[in-house]
Amino acid sequence: MDLNALLLLSIILFSFGIYGVLSRRNALGILIALELIFNSANLNFGIFSKHFGNPEGILTIIFGIALTAAEVVLGFAIVILLFRLRKTSQADEVNILKG
Amino acid sequence: MDFQTLALVSLFSPFVSFWIIGVFIRKWGRFSAYVSIFAVFVSLLASSVMLLNLEHLKEPVIKNFLWLPAKENQIYFGIFLDNLSIIMLFIVALVAFAVQVYSLGYMDTETPPSLGRYYAYHSLFTFSMMGLVLANNILEMFVFWELVGVCSYLLIGFYYYKPEAARAALKAFWITKLGDVGFITGLLLLYFKFGNLDIHYLIHNPGILKGLGALGSGILLLIFCGAIGKSAQFPLHIWLPDAMEGPTPVSALIHAATMVAAGVYMVSRLFPVFVEFPDVMWVILILGSFTAFFAATMAIVQDDIKRVLAYSTISQLGYMMAGLGAGSLFAGFFHLFTHAYFKALLFLGAGAAIHAVHSNSIWDMGGLLKRAPVTGITFLIGVLALAGLPPLSGFFSKEEILVYVFNYENKLPFIFLTITVFLTAFYMGRAYVVAFLGSPRSKHAEKAHDPDFSMKFSLILLAIFAIFAGFYAKDIHHFLEVVFHKKGEVSHPSFLMYLSVGLGLFGLLSSYYIYSRALYIAQNASTKFSFIHKTLIRRYYIDDLFEWVYRKILLLLSGFAGWWDRHVVDGIVNWIIYSTARIGRSLRTIQTGVVQDYMIYITIGFILLIVIVFGRF
Repeated sequence: MDLNALLLLSIILFSFGIYGVLSRRNALGILIALELIFNSANLNFGIFSKHFGNPEGILTIIFGIALTAAEVVLGFAIVILLFRLRKTSQADEVNILKG
Repeated sequence: MDFQTLALVSLFSPFVSFWIIGVFIRKWGRFSAYVSIFAVFVSLLASSVMLLNLEHLKEPVIKNFLWLPAKENQIYFGIFLDNLSIIMLFIVALVAFAVQVYSLGYMDTETPPSLGRYYAYHSLFTFSMMGLVLANNILEMFVFWELVGVCSYLLIGFYYYKPEAARAALKAFWITKLGDVGFITGLLLLYFKFGNLDIHYLIHNPGILKGLGALGSGILLLIFCGAIGKSAQFPLHIWLPDAMEGPTPVSALIHAATMVAAGVYMVSRLFPVFVEFPDVMWVILILGSFTAFFAATMAIVQDDIKRVLAYSTISQLGYMMAGLGAGSLFAGFFHLFTHAYFKALLFLGAGAAIHAVHSNSIWDMGGLLKRAPVTGITFLIGVLALAGLPPLSGFFSKEEILVYVFNYENKLPFIFLTITVFLTAFYMGRAYVVAFLGSPRSKHAEKAHDPDFSMKFSLILLAIFAIFAGFYAKDIHHFLEVVFHKKGEVSHPSFLMYLSVGLGLFGLLSSYYIYSRALYIAQNASTKFSFIHKTLIRRYYIDDLFEWVYRKILLLLSGFAGWWDRHVVDGIVNWIIYSTARIGRSLRTIQTGVVQDYMIYITIGFILLIVIVFGRF
């Protein structure tokens, strides 16, 4: 496939992710949007690995997925704890760090 | 035991006693007193042994400990034992012992903790004074110099609940500090120019300082400033009369015999160096002789017996300085030696009189000789010794000073000192006649009686020394020649002896006549010459001058400095604080605490970064 088209897909994925992160009010939604950003990054690794014929990019994707899984677990744990404590999962309702 | 051990024993025995009293047994006053007296007795024994074996001391004993290590010019802390310091050590130990024994009786009305405090201070003082005497380094000497100053402050202010006493203590401290500033400045200059503050080295190489020329004189004059303050020379003499607010035994020990003599001792210690600078010697001579005369005139009009003695002390210290300034270590130091005994004796006698009469004024006493014979007779011995009548000790030493001052080219100091001989005899005669002869002038004076045994013991002990110390002249002369020997002979005109004894007798007899038979002469004189009388009573307005300088100049300056500090210095600091706080207040609004806002910042930053890095297109 065309390299440019694939990269465009990755950029679109990334932009959706950024949009989601900035616009979603629900903490879970933010986490899912974050996954989109990660996946666009992983996709980039895959594209260039294929393009240059170097398998190390694929390996990095595997590491990246494992890392993402761990991060998601941590993120969900935080959201659950937040919900228990504050009875909410809306990110903009939690602002105890306000200066 | 050898000399070094003995010296260390006599030095540290009061020190140990100070800690024991101060830390453990202060609450038991009598017990503290016995501990302190025992300690000073040990010192007295050790120093007497050294004094008696003085002819076996061939070489000065020096023991140094490294104190301030440095790459070069290290400073040592040590003891320096030679004839001069051993004799001085003995004086200190003897007078301290007599005074501490005396205090047992004199301070009998004190509460036990207060008595313990008193003896703790006394022990500390004895230790510091001995340290000063034994110091082998001018800086070390300065440390002890300040320590005795602190003890003096503590003991003058012993009755700290009396405002005058507290004030007098402060005054003594500050005025002597004024001289000490000169002292330490001189020391620092000496150290930077010369790199060595070792006394033994300095006095054996006086020429090196001479090489500095005018700066050398300047350094010595600055060092001498310390002696002016400590030995109450004009114009820093004003603290000593006020220091009489302390207990009388303290005045006897610190403000008559030992601490005020520290300045004289310091000049004696560095005498070989001072001799190299005739201009400095001239300053010492003229200042000393003027102080002698000046203080004696003020002593005439004092009514407080202790103040008479205080002015007399200033005057006699002036004598010592004049003797040293005239170029004779022996004359000056020998007068220190005899003066210590008879002046301490006079103070203790005055203390016994005050104890009996409950008043300091000589006009409240009268007729004490009959009612308190031991006090009266010992006091008389002191008076005669001070007036310089043979064969009492004062005669020999005063004579010696007059001889040397007479041999000086300029005769002005000699005239001052000769008049002072008369004045001295006159004011002491006045005090004695009014206080001890005639009839009692107050109820207490009628019931006066001799003090208890401890006080009598000290009076008699010191009286013996006041009588016989003069016969020690030849030995002291011999011993001091080892320390410093000046070539050249002085003439001893025989008329000098007749002159001084005659003037002394004349002073005593005229005061006897005026104050026992013809009091109207004194009264007439004081009304006729009321201007002079008032000037003398107001102490030549020097205290007023100091006070004026303090109030009008120093306080004004401090007021300005305070304003500057509060408004300009603090203003700048406060402005910085205020603007920091304001900027902080406006910046904190960025911190909303909402996660997504931070993400927006991150995104914006990221975009900016990209624009900056790839901004070419």
